Amino acid sequence: MTKASDLASSYELVVIGGGPAGLAAAALAARAGLSTVLFDENPGVGGQIYRAITSSPVKDRAVLGEDYWTGAELAVEAKASGALIVTGATVWSLDPTRLVGISIAGQARLIQADRVIVATGSLERPFPIPGWTLPGVMSAGGAQTALKAQGLVPSGRTVLAGGGPLLWLLAAQILRAGGKLDAILDTTPRVNWLRALAHLPDFVLSPYFSKGLKLLREVRAKVRVIRTDRVEAVGDDRLREVVFGTGDGERRMPADLLLLHQGVVPNVNLAIAAGVTHAWNERQLCFEPVLDGDFTSSVPGIAIAGDGAGIAGGTAAAERGRIAAIAAVRALKPAASAPDVQIIRQKLRREEMGRAFLDWLNRPADSFRQPTGDTIVCRCEEVTARQVRDTADMGCEGPNQMKAFLRCGMGPCQGRLCGLTVTELIAAQRGTTPVEVGYYRLRPPVKPITLAELASLPIAEAERKAVER
Amino acid sequence: MRTADVVIVGGGIHGCSTALHLALRGLRPILIEKDYAGRHASGVNAGGVRQLARDLHEIPLSIASMGLWERIEELVGDDCGFESHGTVLVAETETELASFRARVEDLRLRGFTHEELIDRAELKRLVPAVADHCPGGVVSRRDGAADPFRTTQAFRRRAIEKGAEVLEGVTVTGLSKVGANWRVETSAGPIEAPKVVNAAGAWADRIAAMLGEPVPLTVVAPMLMVTSRVPAFIEPVVILRGRKLSFKQLGNGTVVIGGGHLATSNRDRNETVLDWDKLAISARTVWELFPAMRAATIVRAWAGIEAFMPDGIPVIGPSSTSEGVFHQFGFSTHGFQLGPGTGAMMAELVATGSTNTPIDGLGIERFR
Repeated sequence: MTKASDLASSYELVVIGGGPAGLAAAALAARAGLSTVLFDENPGVGGQIYRAITSSPVKDRAVLGEDYWTGAELAVEAKASGALIVTGATVWSLDPTRLVGISIAGQARLIQADRVIVATGSLERPFPIPGWTLPGVMSAGGAQTALKAQGLVPSGRTVLAGGGPLLWLLAAQILRAGGKLDAILDTTPRVNWLRALAHLPDFVLSPYFSKGLKLLREVRAKVRVIRTDRVEAVGDDRLREVVFGTGDGERRMPADLLLLHQGVVPNVNLAIAAGVTHAWNERQLCFEPVLDGDFTSSVPGIAIAGDGAGIAGGTAAAERGRIAAIAAVRALKPAASAPDVQIIRQKLRREEMGRAFLDWLNRPADSFRQPTGDTIVCRCEEVTARQVRDTADMGCEGPNQMKAFLRCGMGPCQGRLCGLTVTELIAAQRGTTPVEVGYYRLRPPVKPITLAELASLPIAEAERKAVER
Repeated sequence: MRTADVVIVGGGIHGCSTALHLALRGLRPILIEKDYAGRHASGVNAGGVRQLARDLHEIPLSIASMGLWERIEELVGDDCGFESHGTVLVAETETELASFRARVEDLRLRGFTHEELIDRAELKRLVPAVADHCPGGVVSRRDGAADPFRTTQAFRRRAIEKGAEVLEGVTVTGLSKVGANWRVETSAGPIEAPKVVNAAGAWADRIAAMLGEPVPLTVVAPMLMVTSRVPAFIEPVVILRGRKLSFKQLGNGTVVIGGGHLATSNRDRNETVLDWDKLAISARTVWELFPAMRAATIVRAWAGIEAFMPDGIPVIGPSSTSEGVFHQFGFSTHGFQLGPGTGAMMAELVATGSTNTPIDGLGIERFR
């Protein structure tokens, strides 16, 4: 187990995040001779997609699917490459000078990097429906984590609601692991097909097509799928029933567990805090970093690979990580041998082919992104949709001003669970666009650290001298 | 051509307060702000409303300001989150306490009674959580804290209600005299007015330079951090002298830790980069002074860009080169409390040509 004090004070390459992008980047860079360290906050590498890949108790490979197990190869490759892989390491700061703040087992350090590859992946899009904060309602991603890491399968009456490829994947994984689903509430608007159809030919040729169809068939054979444009979690102290419907029709279904998911969006917190310029992606309805062909950001020396660069999935993430790593090698050790970047770019293009279709098809409806009334928007500070809308009407023009009025986004999650919702609500209310409204200005520490951890930073030379004098 | 009675450059608490007080006097000011009101130091400072430990030159202004803080809701229609639980300057050694005693006695001779020396017992009564090595301190009982962004916005809102115009996202590009008026060139077109107030904070030297009176202003960005909620354990704002620290618990349970360690800043990009080695020093100071805080979580750290003058006190008063122009900047990391009172004083000065609040020694001519 690597301790904070074991780390060098600087590395040629610091990779943040041990999912497919980070693992592939670290392996390639270390093999080419860069002094490379990879930090991941989880007990093991793999990221969300290959979570617990080195330790999962789920041994039947069919349950999580063959795609999951390809993560093991990436982990092995990274380990063999000579890169220092540090797990249980939380990166809480990255600044434009590429100084990385890290904490391991309560001990903090500042590490200087020549280049940084941010591979912090994605997180689930907020799904603010009435009652989504009740015990018994959780994100599908949370359920998938429990399945991968602990082999836990939901028990009791379980309803899955939302849309997007991961929703169907989780449904299949739960069923294969012996779990039972009472219903899947498909919230994807039918009208999405209009925009998606134009991209169908590319999708048919992409690797997603056959996998996706198989998955849908597998799940539909075992679970009732109900299309709906309204979902509500109802209960007193915990979830009792799910209320849903289309148009005037309303149905109620008793439930112990409601799993919500409507796609993933880039995890932008660290990149925004580092000063990286972001832009609004209208197709994916999220902010993403502005990057060049090597995934280099607006901040010199900082690249962003994987889903953090824009959602494209796990296989694409690994290729993106390799491309960013080759750029780092070219910049720091031009003479070193590295794989042919053109071949990797071709692979990446193929991986990204079906994306447009999936994005348009699974675009969540406005009503599931822009809540109304007493529905909670900011869970940390318990701010409702009505409060955000009223404050926007009062003249509040952006999320940063909104923080000062309502404290939304100022809790420990730093806006991860409400940022997009707040931006979209302000835009909707003021008749403008998310681009105009912008996103939270994010402040480090990007992950909370204790006062004791911060106090544990090794005493800087300057301070030591000041004390001695 | 747009015209006004007064053009105010800068939408911090000072510009907004001056705008409000001018409007209250029946004048028609236009305030120009390059970002939005309270975007920088005025909106993101520690929120301390402090008369304690001020430079002698500032004390009359600070006392006048305190009077306005105590009726802030009446003035701006919002309580601004202002709460008055005093500020305590904690002595960490007997030597320090002795120097505080001398200061308090000196103030008393000058007729100022807001600072009061306290012994160990009174310190423990006011701040039970303080570490045992502290022998006493000084308290200013009427001091307190407010929400800085909310306060600046409240001044802005009330100023508009009273007839001021506020142009945000607009920059000043030139200043020239046209007849009896000043012509202020802006990114939204020219504005003419007989009077101009320079309340441009960290950018104020650029306005002064347009008038041919350069000032040695340094751009600084003092850092702050805030913890997650902890059970209520301290009411007054606590500051130190020997080590850099300001410390206060807000009504919602979060604790704001500051004290003046600086981030690096770039005023052209509105950018600050935190210095974690320095924040770690603050963390160690809190660790020693308030053992109860050791397990608290730091959720956010930030810095606001502002102006610092070589002598650490603001530039207030008429321009030394240009009649009709007035300066109100350089508050050197302690301007928030002064906002309400300085705005009132400045409005009086602009409107009548003189003021009853002493501002001797604060003029820009001291840098010639």
